[in-house]
Amino acid sequence: MNQISSVQPAPAPVRILAERPEKMAARGVNIHYGDKHAIKDLSITIPDRAVSSFIGPSGCGKSTFLRALNRMNDTIPSCRMTGDITLDGRNINGRDVDPVQLRSHVGMVFQKPNPFPKSIFENVAYGPRIHGLTASTTDLEERVVESLKKAGLFEEVKDRLHQPGTGLSGGQQQRLCIARAIAVNPEVILMDEPCSALDPIATAKIEELIDELRQNYCIVIVTHSMQQAARVSQLTAFFHLGTLVEFGDTDKIFTAPRDPRTQDYITGRFG
Amino acid sequence: MTDLSARNSLLARRRAAEARFRRYGAAALALTTLFLAFLLWDVAAKGWPAFLEHRVALPVAIDPARAAAGDFDGLVKDAILAQFPEAQSRSQRKAVLALFSRDGETQVARQLAADPGLSGKTITADLLLSDTADLHLKGIAPLADATAITALTEKLPVTRAFAWRFFSNGDSREAEQAGLRGALIGSLLTVAVALGLGLVFGVAAAVYLEEFAPKNRFTDFIEVNINNLAAVPSIIFGLLGLAMFLNVFGLPRSSPLVGGLVLSLLVLPTIIIAARAALKAVPPSIKEAALGVGASEQQAVFHHVLPLALPGILTGAILGMARAFGETAPLLMIGMVAFIADVPRGITEAATVLPVQIYLWSDLPELAFRSKTAAAILVLIAVLFAANALAIYLRNRFERRW
Amino acid sequence: MTTATRTGFAASTRSTAGRRRFEGVVRIILLACSGVAVATTLGILASVLFESVVFFREVSPLAFLFGTQWSPTGSPPAFGLVPLLAGTLLITLIALATATPLGLFSAIYLSEYASPRLRRVLKPVLEMLAGVPTVVLGFFAALTVAPFIRQAGTAIGLDVASESALAAGLVMGMMIVPLISSLSDDIINAVPQSLRDGSLAMGATPSETVKRVVLPAALPGIASAIILAISRAIGETMIVVMAAGLAANLTFNPLAAVSTITVQIATLLVGDQEFDSAKTLAAFALGLVLFFFTLALNIAALRLVRKYRQHYD
Repeated sequence: MNQISSVQPAPAPVRILAERPEKMAARGVNIHYGDKHAIKDLSITIPDRAVSSFIGPSGCGKSTFLRALNRMNDTIPSCRMTGDITLDGRNINGRDVDPVQLRSHVGMVFQKPNPFPKSIFENVAYGPRIHGLTASTTDLEERVVESLKKAGLFEEVKDRLHQPGTGLSGGQQQRLCIARAIAVNPEVILMDEPCSALDPIATAKIEELIDELRQNYCIVIVTHSMQQAARVSQLTAFFHLGTLVEFGDTDKIFTAPRDPRTQDYITGRFG
Repeated sequence: MTDLSARNSLLARRRAAEARFRRYGAAALALTTLFLAFLLWDVAAKGWPAFLEHRVALPVAIDPARAAAGDFDGLVKDAILAQFPEAQSRSQRKAVLALFSRDGETQVARQLAADPGLSGKTITADLLLSDTADLHLKGIAPLADATAITALTEKLPVTRAFAWRFFSNGDSREAEQAGLRGALIGSLLTVAVALGLGLVFGVAAAVYLEEFAPKNRFTDFIEVNINNLAAVPSIIFGLLGLAMFLNVFGLPRSSPLVGGLVLSLLVLPTIIIAARAALKAVPPSIKEAALGVGASEQQAVFHHVLPLALPGILTGAILGMARAFGETAPLLMIGMVAFIADVPRGITEAATVLPVQIYLWSDLPELAFRSKTAAAILVLIAVLFAANALAIYLRNRFERRW
Repeated sequence: MTTATRTGFAASTRSTAGRRRFEGVVRIILLACSGVAVATTLGILASVLFESVVFFREVSPLAFLFGTQWSPTGSPPAFGLVPLLAGTLLITLIALATATPLGLFSAIYLSEYASPRLRRVLKPVLEMLAGVPTVVLGFFAALTVAPFIRQAGTAIGLDVASESALAAGLVMGMMIVPLISSLSDDIINAVPQSLRDGSLAMGATPSETVKRVVLPAALPGIASAIILAISRAIGETMIVVMAAGLAANLTFNPLAAVSTITVQIATLLVGDQEFDSAKTLAAFALGLVLFFFTLALNIAALRLVRKYRQHYD
């Protein structure tokens, strides 16, 4: 039915969505920052076990919408949201939902690597600890190692797990942050321009990692780089001035966009 | 041509004005620095003699009968006078006795109590000279009639030594015996109470205002209140202490408990402001990272933000405590200004603090107390200096660049 | 996901109710701690107001505010505020006359002329001066400055009181120098560099730039610094207790002895007191006057600063 959710009229059905089960969905979402109308009547369906990327010129609202997916906007007092966002069909803004609990299911990786100024081990162990996910110390150690392995960082840091996470290189720090997010067993991982502070080699590693992680997670990534969106994502959403212009198969978006604005953006006419 | 020369002379005038202006600035700074230097030098010059004392080793023959009767005072006096057979008249004997402090009695009694076998023998008492004799020997205030003191120095070995008793004795009416121990302990207890309360309430308030407070009029009201409180004269806090803590709550007068309470309220705004600055300096990305893995607001703050802000908070707390340590006026209001010779043993006992001791001594007529006052100031400044150095060390040691 | 058991968001229940209740309690405790500041202000108000009301039952407010004689221990006692206000004002004026030029010029020199190295040396000197306890300054004023002024005055044939307003005022001025200089320094540094550059580019000398561009731009802030300095001077106790007199003379001669509000508060309340005597209660009435004076000055200073900040952001 409502397989693609674009505000644009008469969207053609997108094949790839039909093959993937829905993980998150938004219906008629509006977000205001004080006087600014940052997201306008946005609807979208995000599939599980795939990478969806949000692209668009800066200020288009892609990061704002991403932060709405795990209610990080709750921390900004002037931010108001209406509309529904669901995870596995359940409203995440429902009265019975604790944002804290939601965030253990929807993890987040930020633009700038932000490890806690603690040891590598403590960084990863923090989440499982506060959520009481592990029964014993050995359990916790296993979980940390497993998360670091999944984030592709373990081999590089196995001899210095108890040294500060802030001593790692930028790319390693970001993979540490991904390991930290994985450690609480999220279902969805949100990434807000995760490579914008990294060099090309580190970026390549993170992209590789994202590609592996999509086997098990629903991943949403905001990026300012169209090349990155093309490389890592199966689906791409183009945002413009607070509206979702187009969402669909990445190949299609980049080769045959339906909206002239998307066309203009990917060919570099604005942005 | 005239135009050019006019402009040249104008330029010369402007250059002169520039140099003058610059000199005013340099002079202002030089004057301020000189004032501080002169102040410190003046206090040091007045105060150093109080760190030295003169003592004399006096043989005292213990007559068993008088010792048994407890007349140690008489024994010591006789021993002194035995050294001065030429002092015959009453006034001469008085002048001789006035050279000595009055602690010989207790010294002899203590020696005898430790070893009763000394009775009947001659022991040596290490007698402290009186303040006037001491000042004469230090060359500060020569005695009008120096015969007795000259005779003393000829007959007995007078030694000059560091005056440990300045730190180990409590206050005393006798200038040479007066020490800072009571005031130091009193200050320690008072500041401990103030630090404990100020830190708990101050940090809690800062955490609330910086991390959790909603933006509304009540929060604004609290903030305006804190800012105003920071500028309320300290003596007003004394009035609060007197009317509320003493008269309404009936807490013990002159006690470090009440002093600490008053000072904690006094330094509360300082601690809150410093703690808020420290919390603000922790980058929001740390809090976001914690929220991102599903920590609650409070978990994010108490697990991550607060520990990272702690060095900054401590630095602010130390500076606040330095202020409390040097504060005098509010403590006068709550009766910490009485003469108290005993060293306080708890926060509810009557006590005085170092700055108040300075105030009290500065009012006394004896010349020896003047140098004691200055010496006490040196101790006060040394403590403050150490506290500031510690704060700077902490700041440098734990300063984090984000 | 092989080992871990995923609960799944859709299936998850609100298992965190206990934690939320606990955090609610923590939040209330934190709010209560913030309330201590408010409680302190209320406590101060209650203390001074309550006793003042009792005092004004015995002494008419008019006689208090406009009386020109202050002698609480005289018979009959007189509680006229005017000589104390005059004394406070005189000492404050002397202090300001000392501190404003010194503090302002220090700030200008530090921010506009001094090399970074000199700044690093001199700023701690000013901070050290700011950290000297007032009891120390009082001692210095009473035992060094006052006798010096007296000797100097006598040498040129002037009659100087041993506890002259000048000595207390000068030392109080030195106490305030760091306050004025550090506040002014912040304010002068906040003036955008572009303003300076504009002036210098037109060929103005640095001092002309300071006088015509920087200072006018920083004026509201400097004014608020001076207002705060006045508030500090009025409320300062130990320097005047030790170096100014007890005799409440109504005079503006800086070489004479005067008394201040704070000196009288301290004197009336030190030692044994009965709480019902007008003498003791008078201290609270003076406290009320002092509290409202300083409060008004602080609010005025804060308003000025706030206005000024809006102007630049």
